[in-house]
Amino acid sequence: MSSSPPAGAGALDVDALLDDRGTSILVCCGSGGVGKTTTAAALAVRAAERGRRVVVLTIDPARRLAQSLGLVELDNTPRRVGAVGAEAGGSLDAMMLDMKRTFDDVVEAHASPERARSIFDNPFYEAMSTSFSGTSEYMAMEKLGQLRARASVPGGDGSEPWDLVVVDTPPSRSALDFLDAPRRLSSFLDGRFLRLLLAPARAGGRAYAKVVSGAVSSVTGAMARILGAQFLDDLQVFVAGLDAVFGGFRERAEKTYALLASPGTAFLVVATADEDALREAAYFVQRLGAERMPLAGLVLNRVQTTSLPRLSAERSWAAVVHLEGHAEDDDEDGTAPEALSRGEHALAAGLLRLHAARMFRLEREQEMAARFRGEHPEVPVVQVPARPRDVHDLEGLRAVGEDLGRRG
Amino acid sequence: MPPAPAAAPAGGAPGAQDQRAADDRSDDERLLFPGTRLHVVTGKGGTGKTTTAAALAVALSRGGRRVLLCEVEDRQGLARVFGIPPLPYEERSIAATSGGGEVRALAIEPRAALLEYLTLFYKLGRAGRALEKVGAIDFATTVAPGVRDVLLTGKVYEAVRRREPGRGAERPHTYDAVVLDAPPTGRIGRFLGVSSEVSGIARVGPVATQAESVMRVLRSAATRVHLVALLEEMPVQETLDGVAELSRAGFSVGAVVVDQIRSDTLPVELLDDVLAGRVPAAAVRDGLVEARVLRHDATGAAVVEGLLAEAAEHDERLALQEQQHAALATSGRPLVELPLLPGGVDHRGLEVLADRLTDQGLA
Repeated sequence: MSSSPPAGAGALDVDALLDDRGTSILVCCGSGGVGKTTTAAALAVRAAERGRRVVVLTIDPARRLAQSLGLVELDNTPRRVGAVGAEAGGSLDAMMLDMKRTFDDVVEAHASPERARSIFDNPFYEAMSTSFSGTSEYMAMEKLGQLRARASVPGGDGSEPWDLVVVDTPPSRSALDFLDAPRRLSSFLDGRFLRLLLAPARAGGRAYAKVVSGAVSSVTGAMARILGAQFLDDLQVFVAGLDAVFGGFRERAEKTYALLASPGTAFLVVATADEDALREAAYFVQRLGAERMPLAGLVLNRVQTTSLPRLSAERSWAAVVHLEGHAEDDDEDGTAPEALSRGEHALAAGLLRLHAARMFRLEREQEMAARFRGEHPEVPVVQVPARPRDVHDLEGLRAVGEDLGRRG
Repeated sequence: MPPAPAAAPAGGAPGAQDQRAADDRSDDERLLFPGTRLHVVTGKGGTGKTTTAAALAVALSRGGRRVLLCEVEDRQGLARVFGIPPLPYEERSIAATSGGGEVRALAIEPRAALLEYLTLFYKLGRAGRALEKVGAIDFATTVAPGVRDVLLTGKVYEAVRRREPGRGAERPHTYDAVVLDAPPTGRIGRFLGVSSEVSGIARVGPVATQAESVMRVLRSAATRVHLVALLEEMPVQETLDGVAELSRAGFSVGAVVVDQIRSDTLPVELLDDVLAGRVPAAAVRDGLVEARVLRHDATGAAVVEGLLAEAAEHDERLALQEQQHAALATSGRPLVELPLLPGGVDHRGLEVLADRLTDQGLA
């Protein structure tokens, strides 16, 4: 067997994707720990060095992208990354989402100064803008919309606009919240519940409870009992205050959703060749399909490679056994015995042992990759070899980019 | 299939469960964290958090104990680890362990938890349905920030404190321990701390009271947060950050579980010799001929070179692992090590991992 799959219909051509000026948004999604952030950064570097003007957005709370780009700090503003891409006429900016600041900006842009102040002072605001899951996805949508809007006009300093936005997403299923955020927000804003909450504030007090009937009074009554009356008052004021703000936000979030579904966007699902990550990847593929989001392909990250594909795990292991003169059984607990090779051919046996272990993993991984391909023949795949060291500098990102650009 | 070639050296005798009959006092000496009722297991995504939580539950249940294993991420990870159909929102026995122990599992789902909560505590039959109808349940579990996490931690809290039916304050706890497969390190502080956020918002009323009680239990010494790490730079950095963040927020950090340790299967001195060129490539070639990997008349240069390159890469990886191990040690937390099981983790694998956790005093 070969260590890499045959190029062809099933191979993802990353460079063609990056070179296509029609590609204006690239979204990397996938479960946690698969190297999504590194992949996004590597794609951004490669695109810039192929002449694109790129901005890469990460919304991951750990400052991993910053580390891999060698930046000390990523704040809510895109920062130029060295002279990446200058030779090819490209450029690279990187930023990390600061969700509180993005939220503040949205409020300030859409509310009068007094109203903005009353929102900022509400205890709900502090909690919602800093602590709660879900907010980062809403704000990521907001930021993506902003970046895309800025991409179409030159910067204030006369600089050329971006022509490619690369987006990293939060890990696991919450990445799908990224897709769900606008719809959820809309259904919330249009929902009866919000109107219910807004009614008393508009009617000017809690006296409303006496005049509304049936379900409504039992609902608010129940909420007051559970949460306390002060909570309800705060919530009502908060929701009323945000009403105007969110109206504008929803509109843009819906635009961003439409943008994500447009042909200028390409989704890349990132996975490692293990069962869990590939199952999550299959889930993303199916979900993106259901949403009619443009899926470009799968990046199968950190796969085991070898220069000796014909020396299989089985053959290497048989050779080890031959050299050591006896077959070592599995230890009782399923782990291999202390493996110290002895005798004059100890070194050869040791090297074969290492190779056998490597091939064992490689064969397992390729089996799983083949299964994924069988189940999703329409999804182009590119494999990126594992490397002994983590990637945390531009050189490393370039090397990953090379591997991504190597078709198949 | 060849026998599993790469694995950790066997550490300690299996069957530590026989000792589980020992009394509580010797447990106190043996255990890293005696008196822990709630084990929260977090870690960077992809580090083996769910598998570790499952193995810990198995280890804790041995010797006739009952342990509840909870998941909150709606991923059905536990069902996969145990090879069973998806779990409903219901405590369900999923494994019988040695000595008459039992692991039950629960996939906590926020909508169901909220409705249960309303029914139990407020007898909201009709109003509960009304809430559902106007979209309040959707609001609370999806849009309303934080409520979701409060419901999830609240349910765990309830399971930790639950006692068997009967009379008197000294009724035994339903669960000897609860293990929570928690959200990843990036979100754990927010997830566990969300109740304090909510008690800041809802200053009075039952939700505030409940949120305060949940926080009291989560911040007590009876709750330990364990972090699962791999010996790679980013997971290690994230673990160190996580330990600091959790400690600052007033949670008791337990162990750092170093997962998927690949063992050295080639004697280091030999490897050093060959990489430094002290052993001629010809010696390797002779060995390969003897092993019938090469024919007698083959030069075998490419094969020898390929094997040496792989060995060098392996050596680099081991050196990196060593550095990362040292970095993890600076966390000041006990390091508990788990081997990489080359064939993946099945039933037997879980028992192996549980043995290791017991040997190292986590259970």
